[in-house]
Amino acid sequence: MARGDPPAGDDRPFPPGEYPLVVVGSGPGGLQLSYALRRLGVEHAVISADPAPGGMFRRWPFFQRLLSWTKPYAPAEHGTRAYERYDWNSLLAEEPENRALMTGLMDGTSYFPSRPEMELNLVAFAERTGVKVRYGCRWESTRRETTASGERFVLETSDGEYRCRVAVFAVGVAEPYVPPTPGLDLVPHYADTRPAETYAGKRIFIVGKQNSGFELASGLLPWARSIVLASPSPAKLSVVTRSLVGIRARYLQPYEDHVLAGGVAVLEASIDRIEPTGDTLRVTVRPSGGGEPVAFEVDEAIAATGFVAPLRDLPALGVATFGSSRLPAQTPFWESATVPGIYFAGTIGQGATGLRKHGMPANSGAVHGARYNARLLAGHLAEKHFAVAPRRRPVAETEVLPFLIEEICRAPELWHQRAYLARVVSVDTAAGIADEGFVPLAHFLDAGGPDAIAATIEADAEGGVYPVFYLRHAGKTEERVLPGHPLHDFSSDEHRRAVASLLGELGLAPAEQRGAPSAS
Amino acid sequence: MTQAMELVDELGSLALFADLPRPQLDAAAHSFEEAWFGEGERVLREGLTGTGFYVILDGQAVVRAGGRDAAVLGRGDFFGEVSALLGELPSADVVALNSMRCLHMAAPDLRPFLMAHPAVMYRMLLDQTRRLRTTTRARG
Repeated sequence: MARGDPPAGDDRPFPPGEYPLVVVGSGPGGLQLSYALRRLGVEHAVISADPAPGGMFRRWPFFQRLLSWTKPYAPAEHGTRAYERYDWNSLLAEEPENRALMTGLMDGTSYFPSRPEMELNLVAFAERTGVKVRYGCRWESTRRETTASGERFVLETSDGEYRCRVAVFAVGVAEPYVPPTPGLDLVPHYADTRPAETYAGKRIFIVGKQNSGFELASGLLPWARSIVLASPSPAKLSVVTRSLVGIRARYLQPYEDHVLAGGVAVLEASIDRIEPTGDTLRVTVRPSGGGEPVAFEVDEAIAATGFVAPLRDLPALGVATFGSSRLPAQTPFWESATVPGIYFAGTIGQGATGLRKHGMPANSGAVHGARYNARLLAGHLAEKHFAVAPRRRPVAETEVLPFLIEEICRAPELWHQRAYLARVVSVDTAAGIADEGFVPLAHFLDAGGPDAIAATIEADAEGGVYPVFYLRHAGKTEERVLPGHPLHDFSSDEHRRAVASLLGELGLAPAEQRGAPSAS
Repeated sequence: MTQAMELVDELGSLALFADLPRPQLDAAAHSFEEAWFGEGERVLREGLTGTGFYVILDGQAVVRAGGRDAAVLGRGDFFGEVSALLGELPSADVVALNSMRCLHMAAPDLRPFLMAHPAVMYRMLLDQTRRLRTTTRARG
């Protein structure tokens, strides 16, 4: 049998061979990217080691409920663009019947879908939109090959070799990571936590104070005799950081138990060592504030010490990584900053950090951020590697103001990817005025181009949420911060006047002539 | 050896953090985010709100004001503290000269961090004093 021929009875798509582009992964990132590529007519293969769609949601979160909400009832109609702001879990489809799939799969007990509901949502998306994946095909290693027709990546898989000019890795950030603290390798990682009831009556020590640690502590509250959570720096709470960095409100119960002296201890200390002592463990910590080491005798310890990106041999190929999650360093368009032609989609795209203005990260690590990144990436790949012309929609001069006001009020891309994605309208003397769609803000600021205005929604650590515009005029870009609004309604007369004035700076007539002020 | 341990060790080898005992060094390492910039990428942008404080771990950057290169920064150097502490907009771009790995902290977090780590504040003061002396000598 020649390589590339499927064994008899194997009706899986994409047998090994040469493809213009190969996507690795069948979680939300891989599915969204493949869907968007197909809409653009870009031929590609998708391979996945898993037997079915879902990625990490086939297994986690451990306690089987998500941290990302979907509101069954919201201020916007299901299936509209505006509704996406309230639905963090559905993937994006252009066909109305394939939008907001998550809402139809929830049982009404919580606005956080259960893990199985989320898995069903992703399976439904793949089935209904016809995203094809070669399941059970494990990417194992990678090399480069120079052929007569140019450079190729060769992906060796459990099924054979795939050759492609462009490879996109949407492989998640789900490889358990354990720091080399002495003895920490003797205890299970979050990924290997046992069913909660097996911890009944035990003294439990959890290493790590991020969401995974607090998720375990929350789930073990009804079972554990005592719980200690420890890591060197203070626990960050999302309600304080005002971002997804920090322990989410759902997992705060152990923290309340701690501050009310109920028996849970939340410590700022580095773990010195963990030693088995007969049937128990001795955990020695050094308080961050100084002082003598403290030892705890416990029955169980769990390393909630995070995950890294499973990049296999990509670093050896030259892919630079950084940070505790070993994320690949990326350009604003999610291309490896050091190996052109290798791209990333899904949660791993958070390695393209953007500006992190006021310290606020983008939501690229979550589905509601990554789904927009994937759609943009598809457009970028199509334009850069497959000569698909970008969509530029001509806009009448009088339309620009109402269009931008509508976008800052309702564009889910701007609301979910704050100070990260921008809606751009270009004002080219030759080409006219055009809606350029969304681009990464870092790209808009640094790549240069014709006169243009870019709209973003941004937030600061004090709780402000407000529109920000960037004016590019004669090659120089300036930032203009607009005021916020108590109800986040940026369609007020004040906002309209401010945007009209900005358009005036670009030489556009402040177009909107409305007789009456906006309602309210 | 893993990356997290390396980061603590890296911090300990920089002058700015040289006086911190191990547990505090551990805590300091957790207070920063790592960031990576490619050649020519801007880290600080003149006139933009919401910037932060950066410490270079690897690579180099140039301070570019009004199109002119004012200074080259390397491993152990820090920048962004002026706008972070004074609440002003950056008066220059800082651009990566090559692949550069940094520690990053949001501007509002710098003051509490320095108050909690006076040894780092002292090292920062030393550095600022040297810069002031250099400027004064240059003018004199």
